[in-house]
Amino acid sequence: MILINRRQKWLGLIAGVLLTAAAICMSIVYGYTNTTWSMAIDSFIHFNGSNEHIVLQTVRLPRALIAATVGASLAIAGVIMQTLTKNPLASPDILGINAGAGFAIVLCVTFFGMSDLQHFSVVSIAGAAISAFFVYVISVNGRDGLTPMKITLAGAAMAALFSSLTQGILVTNEAAFEQVLFWLAGSVAGRKMEILTSVLPYITIGIILSILFASKMNILASGEDVAKGLGLKTGRLKMIMGLIVISLAGGSVAIAGPIGFIGIVIPHIARYCIGNDHRWLIPFSGLLGSIVLIAADILSRYILMPREIPVGVMTAIIGTPLFIYIARKGFSGNEKI
Amino acid sequence: MVNSIETKQLTLSYGDSIVLKELDVEITEGEITVFIGGNGCGKSTLLRSIARLLKPMSGAVLLEGKEIAKQSTKDIAKKMAILPQSHSVPEGLTVLQLVKQGRFPYQNWLKQWTREDEEEVLQAIRVTGLESLKDRSVDSLSGGQRQRAWIAMTLAQDTSIILLDEPTTYLDLTHQIEILDLLYQLNQTEKRTILMVLHDINLASRYAHSIIAIKNQKVYGKGKPEEVITSDLVKKVFDLDCDIVGDPIFGTPMVIPHGKGRRIK
Repeated sequence: MILINRRQKWLGLIAGVLLTAAAICMSIVYGYTNTTWSMAIDSFIHFNGSNEHIVLQTVRLPRALIAATVGASLAIAGVIMQTLTKNPLASPDILGINAGAGFAIVLCVTFFGMSDLQHFSVVSIAGAAISAFFVYVISVNGRDGLTPMKITLAGAAMAALFSSLTQGILVTNEAAFEQVLFWLAGSVAGRKMEILTSVLPYITIGIILSILFASKMNILASGEDVAKGLGLKTGRLKMIMGLIVISLAGGSVAIAGPIGFIGIVIPHIARYCIGNDHRWLIPFSGLLGSIVLIAADILSRYILMPREIPVGVMTAIIGTPLFIYIARKGFSGNEKI
Repeated sequence: MVNSIETKQLTLSYGDSIVLKELDVEITEGEITVFIGGNGCGKSTLLRSIARLLKPMSGAVLLEGKEIAKQSTKDIAKKMAILPQSHSVPEGLTVLQLVKQGRFPYQNWLKQWTREDEEEVLQAIRVTGLESLKDRSVDSLSGGQRQRAWIAMTLAQDTSIILLDEPTTYLDLTHQIEILDLLYQLNQTEKRTILMVLHDINLASRYAHSIIAIKNQKVYGKGKPEEVITSDLVKKVFDLDCDIVGDPIFGTPMVIPHGKGRRIK
């Protein structure tokens, strides 16, 4: 833990807000189309319909805001999943929530001709919920009930199942493949502002709830029996945490497709910086998730310029070594399985 | 004598296998009561059930005359604290933060942290002698210190009843005595009712006012240690041949197992 006392934590949080704002600005200004800071400011004040202004307002601005939203949602969903399952490797992608959401979208695009972006959010969240429900049902059965190991295994099985089903549909149906390709790659580019506004209610509610219930999550983190002994209704809290994850992860997948590693890696970096107290950890992880995803997105524009790498590939490149590091350290540490 | 806890025809099970059957147990207010019994006899299960961590198959647990199933779990948490057997702390959690968690039952959306909360926490830290360690992280402490920190958390809960599931397991003898002395002192000075599971019959006999021995889904014997602990009971409950002698200092019963070993007398 780097930031020890309240003052330092507040400073860390404020720094996070400022950096997120700076990252959003940079994401608006820098890219293939040559734009400058003054041009960007101008496009907000005196929009003149020039090519640059159109790019800034309709391409870059939504892209920056989407990256910020998705990064924050995935990171917070990751924190909550890790607390919920007592598993340092848990995250919406590892536990099959994202795969379920993705499958639901591909299914609806292919067989029901869904093309309206407004519907993506609802379908995606429903898919996330169905996957979460299966993971729950599979792991709750048996003598010991919901153990972290069983949840992880059930989640891995669901992730594999839904990814295979998604691929099966796409292989047999080329038309659908074309339609969802832009989405499947895991990218924040090429999305309109409308898709963000259609998911924003779910994500906003998810983030507000996660902050309201943060102190209860602290109690749960001390163990199920301890929490129950202190009078916490653990069943209800876990249900709420599950719903938060579903709305955040489902909402993110609806906008950006499956983007991995943010959900697992960011919570660990955030914990290292600000500690385990969820009242700090949740907002800090959200900000860090935004910053990292925006930064990865900016980077993805420059590596193979003029072509772009999907940001999902960027996060995987950055995230994999960190993931391996956590996997090696996580289970041997204090966290019991 | 008042019963602070009672069980009525309590039957407990794990899945389909019944662990304890139609148990009627009474715990006297202001006393230290200890459950003893062999491994897997269900003494921890009984404690967990009394603490509402485990739903009974049938029957009921009564706290101050009222069924716990019909009381709000937060209200129960203001009367009864439980220290479960296995507990892990999140990395980096300090002693002070852990003890503060004990005030959870008194908090709600509107009332977050009061002066009274602060005083109870400091009092709990003082009684357990953790003042100098309060800003250390719990996972950096020794086993005995860590257990004291957990006990401090249950004390901060400010309950008249404290349940502890094998509070001395994994501790060396010095720290076992330290923890049991602390609990005894809490019972003597603050009249807290203490109910716990212990493995060591000799220590149980020294500290407990009352012992409840469990065997074959039933209570095999209950009462004062000096009346209950006999070689016959130890044979029946633990399947161990032994002699019972008086503790040379305290006079309480001491179990001398027959078994094998070096004989120098």
